[in-house]
Amino acid sequence: MISHWPLIGVAVVIAGFAIRFNPVLVVVVAGLVSGLSAGIAPGDLLALLGKAFVDSRTLMLIAMPLPVVGVLERAGLREHATTWILGFARLTLARLLIAYLALRQLLSMFGLVHVAGHAQTVRPLIAPMSEATATRMLGPLDDETRDRVRALAAATDNVGVFFGEDVFVAFGAVLLIQRFYEAKGINLSPTDIAWWALPTAIAAFVIHAARIAVFQLRLERRFARARRQRTGL
Amino acid sequence: MLQLVHVFYVLGALFAGAAILNARDRRWASAGIWAIIAVAMVLGDAMLAAARAGTRWPVQAMGAGVIVLGVLAQLARARPPADDHARAAARQATVARLGNRLFIPALAIPLVTFALLKGAPYLRLGSAALIDAAVPTQVALIAFGAACLVALVLALRLTRTPAFHALGESRRLIDTIGWALVLPMTLAALGSVFDKAGVGAAIADLVSAVIPTDSRLACLLVYALGMVVLTAILGNAFAAFPILTSGIGLPLLVARHGAHPAALGALGMLTGYCGTLLTPMAANFNLVPARLLELRDPYTVIRVQWPTALAMIAANIALLSLFAFG
Repeated sequence: MISHWPLIGVAVVIAGFAIRFNPVLVVVVAGLVSGLSAGIAPGDLLALLGKAFVDSRTLMLIAMPLPVVGVLERAGLREHATTWILGFARLTLARLLIAYLALRQLLSMFGLVHVAGHAQTVRPLIAPMSEATATRMLGPLDDETRDRVRALAAATDNVGVFFGEDVFVAFGAVLLIQRFYEAKGINLSPTDIAWWALPTAIAAFVIHAARIAVFQLRLERRFARARRQRTGL
Repeated sequence: MLQLVHVFYVLGALFAGAAILNARDRRWASAGIWAIIAVAMVLGDAMLAAARAGTRWPVQAMGAGVIVLGVLAQLARARPPADDHARAAARQATVARLGNRLFIPALAIPLVTFALLKGAPYLRLGSAALIDAAVPTQVALIAFGAACLVALVLALRLTRTPAFHALGESRRLIDTIGWALVLPMTLAALGSVFDKAGVGAAIADLVSAVIPTDSRLACLLVYALGMVVLTAILGNAFAAFPILTSGIGLPLLVARHGAHPAALGALGMLTGYCGTLLTPMAANFNLVPARLLELRDPYTVIRVQWPTALAMIAANIALLSLFAFG
């Protein structure tokens, strides 16, 4: 019989996020509740938390580009990215982000996952470029629109890297799937598995590119309406 | 020669610097958070080695540190944004002087990562390989870490910035991200507690209790949506995949309904990724960028990307029913 008590931890997470406590505190409390309700001794629980925390240090690699990005920002990289991108007279927000989506997907299809990312490309380059092209198309952005434009740049990076991964080069996920099946007595080659990611990669490009285009269209309509109202036409 | 632990040492130095600079400003909670991270980075290998040898107190102390992190994250105040206009003139001057050359260090990160990754088998320093390939999956991470340092040196020389500014600048960005930077590792710790406590198994058990096993479509839907939901809860499709594939995928879809394991595995994993797009538990992808881009609401990235995620779930289910039984 499987015990369902540890699910309290899941409830703590959902409730904690819903009432917007600090997520780190929510996660720590959920871990303690879940572990203790499963009957893990406090000493073992501490060791488990500490070991898993240290084991996952590679997640902190996201901080590695921060010094160089900070130094470049201090020298005006974001301002320069803005003026540079405005030199492309016919570039729109949608074209910029769809091009980035394609590039990010292609790079990660060949296993180049770490070459771009939120810290090294989105914050210093793609987000200010998106904001600049959107501002040129629409006029000054209100806070909400500015946040959504920046967030779309981050979302585009996520979609690109998730649904490009592992198509041509067998990396993390494909190897995990292969080893899982191998342990269950089903032998597959990594390329057998990787190939099946291609239709999803194409679907992701089509769907997200369409969403970017619709996002831009809606913004244009909303700003055009606001302009008409202001001028009283 | 170069190992992943060297990258961790560099990160440890960055966080130690951030801790000291925050302590100087009497921002004690932030200083405490970054000090704990610095300790994990620098002493992590020693802690793990001690635990393997049977000495548990170092990892237990780290576990206590994780609990303290939760409290400090609640206490830490967001740092007021630095006066951006003060240095605007100085920035204009460097931009005018350097122009497009400012892009060089930024582009050096991907280019050097690529070169080191592809050149890893051939690059040697004396008799030792430049990048230690003892663990093949770590080569890309070591290459990325080294590329960031090469880019930093380029940036400092190009902009003629004194090297100590790098520490202050990285502290500025580390404080901008704040608690969100700590969340991914904390979530990994939660994931291992969930795993040990049998949370995944409990969910799979609940799911398989309600599933009509005779219907191929019902099994497929439960597997696919289960991947989304479990990934959203655990924050990681890699953790959800073995639980649901051994609970539902193999016994029901493969053994009973004759699904093709390769297509099922690949598409099942990708359906899980849709869950990653929906959840704050995937902090590195959803919450960290919200802080990094200084958005007012930490959930804006999820709010913008959920329609893509839902459409991708539908697309993956369609592809699964098309290909998994082909």
